Amino acid sequence: MTVRRERVPLVVVGLAAVGAAFFIVPLIGLVVRSPWGDAISALTAPETLEALKLSLVASLSATAVALVLGVPLAWVYARLEFPGRRLLRALTTLPMVLPPVVGGIALLLAFGRRGLLGSWLYGTFGITFPFTTVGVVMAETFVAMPFLILTVEAGLRSMDMRYEEAARALGANRWRVFTRVTVPLIAPSLIAGAVLCWARALGEFGATITFAGNFPGVTQTTPLAVYLLLETNQDASFILSLVLLLVSLLVLVGLRNRWLGSA
Amino acid sequence: MSLDAAIQLTLGPLDLDMAVSVEEGEVVALLGPNGAGKTTLLRAIAGLVVFRSGRVRLDGQVLEDTAARVYVPTERRPIGFVFQDYLLFPHLSALENVAFGLRSRGASRRAATEKAEQWLDRVGLRKYAGARPAQLSGGQQQRVALARALAPDPRLLLLDEPLAALDATTRAEVRRDLKRHLDSFRGIRLVVTHDPLEAVALADRLIVMENGHLVQTGTPADVTERPRSQYVADLVGVNLLRGEAGHGSVKLASGPVVAAAGAEVGDVFAVVHPRAVAIHHNHPEGSPRNVWRGRATSIELLGNRVRVRIDGEVPLVAEVTPAALKELNLVEGGDVWLSFKSTDVGVYPA
Repeated sequence: MTVRRERVPLVVVGLAAVGAAFFIVPLIGLVVRSPWGDAISALTAPETLEALKLSLVASLSATAVALVLGVPLAWVYARLEFPGRRLLRALTTLPMVLPPVVGGIALLLAFGRRGLLGSWLYGTFGITFPFTTVGVVMAETFVAMPFLILTVEAGLRSMDMRYEEAARALGANRWRVFTRVTVPLIAPSLIAGAVLCWARALGEFGATITFAGNFPGVTQTTPLAVYLLLETNQDASFILSLVLLLVSLLVLVGLRNRWLGSA
Repeated sequence: MSLDAAIQLTLGPLDLDMAVSVEEGEVVALLGPNGAGKTTLLRAIAGLVVFRSGRVRLDGQVLEDTAARVYVPTERRPIGFVFQDYLLFPHLSALENVAFGLRSRGASRRAATEKAEQWLDRVGLRKYAGARPAQLSGGQQQRVALARALAPDPRLLLLDEPLAALDATTRAEVRRDLKRHLDSFRGIRLVVTHDPLEAVALADRLIVMENGHLVQTGTPADVTERPRSQYVADLVGVNLLRGEAGHGSVKLASGPVVAAAGAEVGDVFAVVHPRAVAIHHNHPEGSPRNVWRGRATSIELLGNRVRVRIDGEVPLVAEVTPAALKELNLVEGGDVWLSFKSTDVGVYPA
């Protein structure tokens, strides 16, 4: 007995093709229209180099901060039961769906010179965050850390906690259990979370421009540079876009098996 | 040296109330059906389960005492724990697994590695020092787990179903090895198992528990000869009756009176070996004092014997040869007479 295959639904396939083209055509456009001949000179121009360097430093710093603060947060969500846990978890993952501009405004109202904490920080220590590179890192962390938290939390939840008991029965204290058993066992989630977080931080635009402004060399990251160069130097703008596209592709390929499934 | 534990706790459907003491030099097996609370008790002794009340004392040192609010965390208890599925760290090599406890307890990297190598040698796995657990067979994993637990020189060794994860063919061999290593370990040894064969093979003394409570304790011979619960009787494969003894008979709670030799008086257990129970077509004539009517409810072939379960006033299991069964022309549901001699009834106080 052979299974009779259903006739292919043409309408569905047609719409699917339009949907796919909607993604692919812009990518082709970017690749085709980029001034490949001037790529080297555009990339090595001081303003683009500056933006790339700042982006790299800020996004890596944001990822580091996210690791230091986000892993403990993920652990708390995965392992502790306390009233308000769900609410807290919702609030700390909100930036994933919040318009980044709103995130930037919120950061200003909290850490700006006249903000909730900012005014005290400025008044007491003379510290200001907005319009500094630290501000860029804060904006990127704010937007990107939830990706790390959620990925690591999922990893912690799915790991077999009895390995931690086995380590304790072997005399390992909490720190040793965490560093020698928990972290290695959730390493795939940890790496995936960090890469996702970094990719999101690298592309951050809205919160950064709102909270940190757009000063070349200080707060003008690559996405901001792409946007501004569109007015003054289109070729450089296209080339920088290509760089970001390439990085995204690499991230996608790198995470293919770990997080996004290999289907 | 001794382990002394009395623990009461409730965990889901389990209501556990057990007192266990193990002397140095003896291997004690905690035997019981699944869900009896054996593993929970072991984990409580290790400090991995919170209990409502009780205490754990090892060599006179209090590890936990709810009344005195003492709790020594698991990682500071001088114990070695072999988990049911071993829980070897998958990201570490066999050597690193064995060295883990030594490093945790402060040994230098060199000292830990050296000692771990010696231990791998002792369990015959020196060649596999660099292998990850996933590359080892079940029996090899079991030996690494044992070496890992023993390497830091614990005073108390806890083993949770150490052979349950193995297939039948390797089990016998690994059991022999395990027995040898248990014998050479000088501390206190407590093994959890649901397998009576394993318990008898490994232990000097059995503690039988059911539903979180102690049922019976004694040497394997004691326990098998004088079962004190249906569970143990089933494990050993004997008929267990309970009643009031007096004047050479036992009056069962359900009414019938069983003739039994012996001078016991009062609440007693009575065991009848299935081999001692004879089956007849018609009311038997002759010397047996105990003759009952019944109906064969199940007939089961076990090697060269047949076990016939007979329901009636006194429900019993009889064991006959296949030839006898054929002669009797017995089928499931058939009516029979059964008999046994009063001298074949073992009676002991309940």
